[in-house]
Amino acid sequence: MTGPALHQTFEAVVLPHLDAGYSLARWLTRGRGDAEDVVQEALVRALTYFPGFRGGNARGWFLQIVRNAAYASLSLNRGVPEPVAPDEETLPDPGDDPEAALIRRRGRADLARLIASLEVELRETLILREFEELSYKEIAQVTGAPIGTVMSRLWRARRSLAVAIRREEMDA
Amino acid sequence: MIKRECALALLVQADIDGELDAGRAADLIRHRADCPDCQAAYADLMMLRDRLRDGDLRERAPDSLRHFLARQSAAMAPPVKPRRWYPQASFVIGPALAACIAFALFRPAAPDPLALVVDAHVRALQPGHLQDVVSTDRHTVKPWFEGKLDFAPPVKDLAAQQFPLTGGRLDVLDGRAVAAMVYQRGTHPINLLAWPAGKDGDHDPVTQDAKGFTTIHWVQNGMILWAVSDLERSQLEEFVRLWRIN
Repeated sequence: MTGPALHQTFEAVVLPHLDAGYSLARWLTRGRGDAEDVVQEALVRALTYFPGFRGGNARGWFLQIVRNAAYASLSLNRGVPEPVAPDEETLPDPGDDPEAALIRRRGRADLARLIASLEVELRETLILREFEELSYKEIAQVTGAPIGTVMSRLWRARRSLAVAIRREEMDA
Repeated sequence: MIKRECALALLVQADIDGELDAGRAADLIRHRADCPDCQAAYADLMMLRDRLRDGDLRERAPDSLRHFLARQSAAMAPPVKPRRWYPQASFVIGPALAACIAFALFRPAAPDPLALVVDAHVRALQPGHLQDVVSTDRHTVKPWFEGKLDFAPPVKDLAAQQFPLTGGRLDVLDGRAVAAMVYQRGTHPINLLAWPAGKDGDHDPVTQDAKGFTTIHWVQNGMILWAVSDLERSQLEEFVRLWRIN
């Protein structure tokens, strides 16, 4: 395959996973601008690697490239990322009264802040499992860590979130 | 989850993540009935799962990225910087000099062994290309190479270590005949390519990823060795470790 056919297929393979890639980049970098740069760089790399892509798990393949691009970018680890803000435009459930909607939104913002404060290895593992619903094996592929490490990172991430949530609930 | 941790807590987590088969999941439910620590861990993990799912903390990619992808796809070729640079430069410096530079730029570069080895692996994955001699016995595979190569490749069987040898074939890398030994782990083939190192000294294994495969290369007893597979990195490293000490 060469020329337009190749590139048409490239778009067909990558487009379904663009949101997942951006979401991951968003949690690994400091803000929207950085995340967009990282995904752009990942798209350039993905196009270069695409002739070697053998089909199969496109999501894992693309997320791995995004993740590596994020690690390559200088923005990573220069501090805690600005947490992904829960969408203010989200329409409240029909049954929700405004007060309940406010509480829910605040809960989301707190959760986002807690996730953002996790160490990057724990954060990326949690994001890939909880938001992208990757299997342990796929997470191992994307992050280059053995499955045992994936399991213990996931455990540590969840434990520290659960502890923080319980503590905040007690304070409230 | 918070106070104390049972040794099986990671299994509780794996169960919630859908990573256990039915038998182990059933065992774990029986264990949980008697283990307060695992009950607490389960409750916390479920609480967290609900919060995270409820939170809807994913963010949609901006349209600018969709447009970027579309533009990239519409372009005939990926943006390769040297090519864009080269025609402009030729206007400035004159055709003769440009021709010299072009010769220097586009002269075939020394082939990258990593790319060659990965290509050989991809080639071998085509139906019927994996092995020329099919045998799980190294005493069949080793003599098969004799007379076909100008060196004797180190053929080892690791069946006892769960990496059975399944056969061998000849391959050609950058014009040189090399021995390819094929091992298997589960459904994953491992290609082990070997050729003489010449004057290069022994060196320890180096792991590199390329095009979705893991490769490990090292030099041992005057042989350059490259292992390539789609196995997980840790498993291929285990294979190389066992191969080296056998």
